[in-house]
Amino acid sequence: MSLQVDKSTLFPAQVCAEIDKWIAKYPSDWKQSASMPALRIVQDHNDGYLTNELMDKVAAYLDMAPIAVYEVASFYSMYEHSKVGKHKLCVCTNISCMINGSDKIVDHLDEKLGIKFGEVTGDGKFSLKEVECLGACGGAPMMQIGEKYYENLTPELIDSILKELE
Amino acid sequence: MANEVCFRTLESAAPWKLDEYRKAGGYEMLTKILKQQTPPDEIIEQVKVSGLRGRGGAGFPTGLKWSFINRTAPGDKYVVCNSDEGEPGTFKDRDILRYNPHQLIEGMIICGYVIGAVAGYNYIRGEFWEPYERFEEALEEARAAGLLGNNILDSGFDFELHSHLGGGAYICGEETALLESIEGKKGQPRFKPPFPAMFGLYGKPTVINNTETLASIPVILSQGGEWFRDLGVENSGGSKLFSISGNVNKPGNYEIPMGTPFSELLELAGGMRDGRKLKAVIPGGSSAPVIPGEQMMQLNMDYDSIQNAGSMLGSGAVIVIDESHCMVKILERLSYFYYEESCGQCTPCREGTGWMYRVVRRIEHGQGRMEDLELLDDVAAKIAGRTICALGDAAAGPVASFVKHFREEFEYHIKHGKCMV
Repeated sequence: MSLQVDKSTLFPAQVCAEIDKWIAKYPSDWKQSASMPALRIVQDHNDGYLTNELMDKVAAYLDMAPIAVYEVASFYSMYEHSKVGKHKLCVCTNISCMINGSDKIVDHLDEKLGIKFGEVTGDGKFSLKEVECLGACGGAPMMQIGEKYYENLTPELIDSILKELE
Repeated sequence: MANEVCFRTLESAAPWKLDEYRKAGGYEMLTKILKQQTPPDEIIEQVKVSGLRGRGGAGFPTGLKWSFINRTAPGDKYVVCNSDEGEPGTFKDRDILRYNPHQLIEGMIICGYVIGAVAGYNYIRGEFWEPYERFEEALEEARAAGLLGNNILDSGFDFELHSHLGGGAYICGEETALLESIEGKKGQPRFKPPFPAMFGLYGKPTVINNTETLASIPVILSQGGEWFRDLGVENSGGSKLFSISGNVNKPGNYEIPMGTPFSELLELAGGMRDGRKLKAVIPGGSSAPVIPGEQMMQLNMDYDSIQNAGSMLGSGAVIVIDESHCMVKILERLSYFYYEESCGQCTPCREGTGWMYRVVRRIEHGQGRMEDLELLDDVAAKIAGRTICALGDAAAGPVASFVKHFREEFEYHIKHGKCMV
């Protein structure tokens, strides 16, 4: 038995419109190509993380098997499966950042926010994530918050960045 | 002699804008090709003459890659640009996207014309949101100017170009994993053959090249293949973007001729920071075997020179390490990276990367045994060459070379349970 779903009811109109823009980029029989952007868009509209229900909806929207969507959502590191902070601080600790003192940056953030990698502050404002090289080694040590890169980090710079995000 | 190809417009006020790019002769080559209907074979010949080799890391000759496409075969064909830039130490493609997106677009359209493609996709890593927005703006400008879409410049040639955003997976820099990813799947590399030229995106013939490679094309064609080739040295035509990072005073991207001595590049980058001594260099991204500093000072930045020293030029990402750093700790971090990023498809890589990481970690934390050094060599040797893609080799290379060149540091860690630096 197959259920016919009115796809426009799966997500708010704005989300549907954003996903449709991506679907249009690919051949008409390759809607699945939009699974990565769709997951990102849906995640962004859900405070930065995915749920099983949302993944199932993405599958329905793109005519995919739910398992195929779970595979994508669990393979790529930018998809989150539990709550994250309003501001997700992604700190690079790979080689160029490491030899430029990323350990000290991580220690400073731990101390300042009172959380470790993988944790969220009590007020839900910040979460910390260790990430692999983000391709900005000329500005090491660096981190990403939202869409923005912050480079040449120092404890003082971190203090002012956090203050701005309050 | 610097900034002659991908960075040639870097000094202008807003080099990412269409009108600035046009002032520098941008899109003139494409216009000429479309107007004169230049035979594709002539273009491929110039690219071959130029000696351009894939700038993403593998160094495969670009002209040869393009010639593998049977352009008269029926059905759709695709051009794919690899802007997934995830090799630790590499940050050059980000600057091409930010500062010279139109040259990349022009290169992709020309490639599309040569192979008879209907569309192109630029796969940009998901974290590169700002470069992605910059590239999208450039696409909009190009579309509005009639440089993309149907009947481009009244030539009868139709070509569309889109971005695709990644989701955070190093393996998607591997070309067939990248194609899987555009198809909306997890990025696991395909078994080859068939190669993308036969069976690529959506199973269609596909050329997939790195950002820097495609962005070099318009300049190569306008200045001529010989001009480009003569910028460099034998087997390493042209100039190249080197991303230099680590313990130098002025880390950054430097576009300099192939064959430039490493010592000159180090000088361009302001020399060693805090007057410290050079200890080691990873010359081509984290997957390239490490080279001791003294040896590196005698080498030139070209494919053959670095390869003869037992490493590889890779993506041109030069990571400079000074005497204050422990090589065991660095290897622990690199081993973790490959363990974390192995896609899990092939057993030697999936299991071996974790095994190597655990062994290096216990050495770093003072619980190593002398026989661990042989064990590391053994595991590395058993991964290399036994996997579908090059990630296995990439994980094995650093381990084997760190232990080989800095064995005394590993032995000291094992004997004394602490670091010698």
